[in-house]
Amino acid sequence: MTDQPNLIEMRGVSKHFGDFQALKDVSLDVKLGERVVICGPSGSGKSTLIRCINRLEAHEAGEIVVDGVTLTQSQDSPDKIRGTVGMVFQQFNLFPHLTVLENLTLGPRRVLGLSEDEAKARAMLHLERVQIPDQADKLPRQLSGGQQQRVAIARSLCMEPRIMLFDEPTSALDPEMIAEVLDVMTELATSGMTMIVVTHEMGFARRVADKMVFMDKGEIVEVGTAEDVFTAPKSDRFAAFIKQILNH
Amino acid sequence: MKRVIVLLPLLLILSGCSGNWGWYVVDPTTTNGANNLHFMATGAYNTILMSLTAIIISVIAGLLVALPGLSEKKAWRAFNRTYVEIVRAVPILVLILWVYYGLPQLSGITLNVFWAGVFALALSDSAFQAEIFRAGIQSISKGQYEAAQSISLNYRDTMRYVILPQAIRRILPALGNQLVYMLKMSSLVSVIGMQELTRKANELVVSEYRPLEIYTILVLEYLVLILIVSSGVRWLERRMNSSEA
Repeated sequence: MTDQPNLIEMRGVSKHFGDFQALKDVSLDVKLGERVVICGPSGSGKSTLIRCINRLEAHEAGEIVVDGVTLTQSQDSPDKIRGTVGMVFQQFNLFPHLTVLENLTLGPRRVLGLSEDEAKARAMLHLERVQIPDQADKLPRQLSGGQQQRVAIARSLCMEPRIMLFDEPTSALDPEMIAEVLDVMTELATSGMTMIVVTHEMGFARRVADKMVFMDKGEIVEVGTAEDVFTAPKSDRFAAFIKQILNH
Repeated sequence: MKRVIVLLPLLLILSGCSGNWGWYVVDPTTTNGANNLHFMATGAYNTILMSLTAIIISVIAGLLVALPGLSEKKAWRAFNRTYVEIVRAVPILVLILWVYYGLPQLSGITLNVFWAGVFALALSDSAFQAEIFRAGIQSISKGQYEAAQSISLNYRDTMRYVILPQAIRRILPALGNQLVYMLKMSSLVSVIGMQELTRKANELVVSEYRPLEIYTILVLEYLVLILIVSSGVRWLERRMNSSEA
């Protein structure tokens, strides 16, 4: 892993929402093929951090380089990282008026310029990967939460991104549906996809994370391998957080 | 159905005092009555054509005015507010007169009665359409924009494939109301000589001296048109909802 190039480099990144400082001087490198899990209490800046990477938020200070492209601080340059970064949201954010298949083919057709047949073939490939090819013609509302989130993952994959961002992908799911989504994400991790996952699923983190990042109050408090940080957390804040998560 | 129940007693009252009525002017069994009815009905063509043309233009104009209203740039929003506030403040009748009699002097462009009417109706309605579209688009959650952005859709495609299809479903009842409103307001274009339902009725009253009967028929004509429109809108809503269910 160490000899891989950096796919994402963040240097001294800061971000405010009004008076609230969401990110304080955050630096983080993510290498090609690396699986990073970010955890921390709510309001710690985890979501803001990954939303800066795909330009859903503009950072104010510092530098973010994604796949060799330096993101400017204004929000008007998302085209340059077009197709590089995929994102899965807590609330799925599927397009409710489109069928599963249409949700998956919209981006490839309109952005990548694929023909309808090519886009459909690609969509079916990814639906099989997330194990719901039989739901292709249904509308999102006809699916369970777990199925909807898997469609959302497939929708991102159809754009063939180099990096996948997950913003608390299982937090809105009923407990019995969490496993099916985590299984898909684990499979994706095994296939070599570069992933940044914001989650409190510590079992998943232990299984797949190359790097664990703990954030609190807009700062990165601790970074280490999953094994290191779980067995011997260096900071008191992380130790307390892990204790809370595992005992709840 | 509810409207039919309300109408029935009304018709009974009307038929009960037939002594005061001169229904002969619109009695379809007589030649004169049939001719009169036919004369009145021919206005429907212009009423419908004018309303439909105006609603199509006002929907497009409304959307074009609504979009800058959603912009993050202050100047665009100011354009939207100014347009809406000014256009909404002018009474439709005044606008019709101004476009037909005033505009030619101002610009040298002379519109015929039909296009002057359509232009005034569409202009007036576009301010309301803009507000309807703005509210409809604003009701779509931020997550939809973010999802569109995460698959790199540009602004145009985001609007066309993601936001507007959802917004239009939500504002369909309001758009239906605007069409009903437009059908009624088109009667005002009679003042500049447009040969539509109201104008025809007015002309007939002048020659037949039976305003009560003729205007009653006129009321029924609008009622029928509007019942057809509102049931059409309801059908469309049901169809859209069932395709989503």
